[in-house]
Amino acid sequence: MNETNGIDGMDGIRQSSSDGHPVHPAAPVIQTLALRKVYPAAKGRRRGRGAAPYGAAAAPPPASTKEIVALVGLDLEIRAGEFFGLLGPNGAGKTTTLGILTTRVRLTSGSATVAGAEVGRQDVEVRRRIGVVPQRPNPDRALTVRENLEFHAAYFGIPRSTVAERAQALLDMMGIGDRGDGKVETLSGGQQQRLMIARALMHEPEILFLDEPTVGLDPQARLALWDVLRDLHDKGRTIVMTTHYMEEADRLCERVAIIDRGHLLALDTPARLKEQAPGGTLIELMLDGDAAPAAASAATVSGVARAEAKGDVLRAYAARGGEAIPALIRCAEQAGRGVHDIHLAPPSLETLFISLTGRKLD
Amino acid sequence: MTATAVARVSPLKVFGALLERDFRVARRQLPYFLVRTTLQPLLFVIVFGSLLPKMGFVSHDYTAALLPGILGISLAFASLQSVALPMVADFGFTNEIEDRLLAPVSDKLVALEKVVSGALQGVLSAVFVLPMARLIMGPIDALALSHPLEVLAVTILGSASFSALGLLLGTVIQGQQIGLMFSIIVAPMIMFGCAYYPWTGLNAVPALKYAVLINPLVYVSEGLRAALTPALPHMNMLAVIGALATLTVVFWYLGLGTFRRRAFS
Repeated sequence: MNETNGIDGMDGIRQSSSDGHPVHPAAPVIQTLALRKVYPAAKGRRRGRGAAPYGAAAAPPPASTKEIVALVGLDLEIRAGEFFGLLGPNGAGKTTTLGILTTRVRLTSGSATVAGAEVGRQDVEVRRRIGVVPQRPNPDRALTVRENLEFHAAYFGIPRSTVAERAQALLDMMGIGDRGDGKVETLSGGQQQRLMIARALMHEPEILFLDEPTVGLDPQARLALWDVLRDLHDKGRTIVMTTHYMEEADRLCERVAIIDRGHLLALDTPARLKEQAPGGTLIELMLDGDAAPAAASAATVSGVARAEAKGDVLRAYAARGGEAIPALIRCAEQAGRGVHDIHLAPPSLETLFISLTGRKLD
Repeated sequence: MTATAVARVSPLKVFGALLERDFRVARRQLPYFLVRTTLQPLLFVIVFGSLLPKMGFVSHDYTAALLPGILGISLAFASLQSVALPMVADFGFTNEIEDRLLAPVSDKLVALEKVVSGALQGVLSAVFVLPMARLIMGPIDALALSHPLEVLAVTILGSASFSALGLLLGTVIQGQQIGLMFSIIVAPMIMFGCAYYPWTGLNAVPALKYAVLINPLVYVSEGLRAALTPALPHMNMLAVIGALATLTVVFWYLGLGTFRRRAFS
């Protein structure tokens, strides 16, 4: 892998901005204030114009010709170097938020700044500083894989002399280094998505936006993409990603904003968000016999909200991690049962989402 | 962190890169492009400019009236299609244009580049058809190549007007309506574009004579007639230039509006 050119330059972003001034790690690079988006009422005949309003594709179909309120006064602050997730079901407003921050959706009211430039008034400045990976790969199919990167760089005015090397280094990094001269169609879905990331990185943006990057990918391709994103984040790049996969947000993001129907419901680290989830950790003890005799005493263990027997399995919901485990084992032993396995299921964002909205995510 | 931290990008350079992209693609698809845009006009040349005169159904003099019109149709077809077809696909389903819409330049520049590139492809198509048509039709007595600048001016302005019209149609029409666009807009435009007959011929049907004046092809055909076969009846060159310039500007502004509506929501 050729790491000598271009890519190295991306490493220093957390420490300093591109103009060399030190940037405090917690300085916001993205800020939205009372961000609101209303898609105008669809005039009957204009409804099926092919493309639905950007980001509203999956919004609940309006009863007739009502306007769609996609965002209701969203306040967000995203820090430099952060891996930030926007989590919510389809139609929540995630893609609209991303659309506004990437200048493709006009905000209705409120304001947003991205890397120091004001969205709506300095769109060209915003675009120069961001890289965007779309939900569905949209490479330029009339060009080769490599040309996709080279022309993208040219659209950003990057000197030709550095382009070829940088393109190859990025292709290598994405694991498609030997596919550069082929047609885009010959790449698999996962490879095309990685090509989109490579393209978005060609102009070394300060912030990388990804819109549901793993939708439609098989599990292996998804994991490969996660590795790429983690790697980019480790090198200091600010990453903003939308997703409706709990696991994805949980595994990748440092902070997650949970959005539903245009409202911000919760915003914190995945760990702290999960702590807010009711029921807490699920502890399962696999016993060597019927668990029922142990259930009653297990329910009295301090920190355990509820305990139940399910065949040979003793289930306990505890507010905090595994602190209750020794006491639960004693309960089992007092009931004359041996413990041969323990399973611990940490609280999930899924449970939190259900408790916040009363609905499941998918 | 300030908004001026990153080096500014020269819009001219970006425009050049956008144009280069279109030309790399056009060059790769050149045979396909020429067949798509010039086969129909050339078939018409074969039938009306060669077969029918040989059969004696039309006089050979007709070729002089036909040649400028055929050039006009070719450039109109090429310019319109070069812009409209990719636009319909881009905004309808592929969304490929997004990488250009996210380039650090004004969206106006992206639209303008499409129009310029479409117009250049129209000129290319006319340059290809002129010798081919002349070859098929045989010698044309009335053909005079003494006004190259006028030919060039009408070719460029005509291509620009159809290219701008392509921007408008390509951002208004949906994918499944493309066939309809050719039946309802392009076909009548060609038949009533004074390509197969001089405008003065429409004296026979006065209402039609004035109705066709909204059709840019009328001015292209008549302008090329004025420049290439001045012995035949034709419109005044200044009127042609004025009309084409006006239509280009009108189509451009309408097209830019609809382009923006599709590009941003």
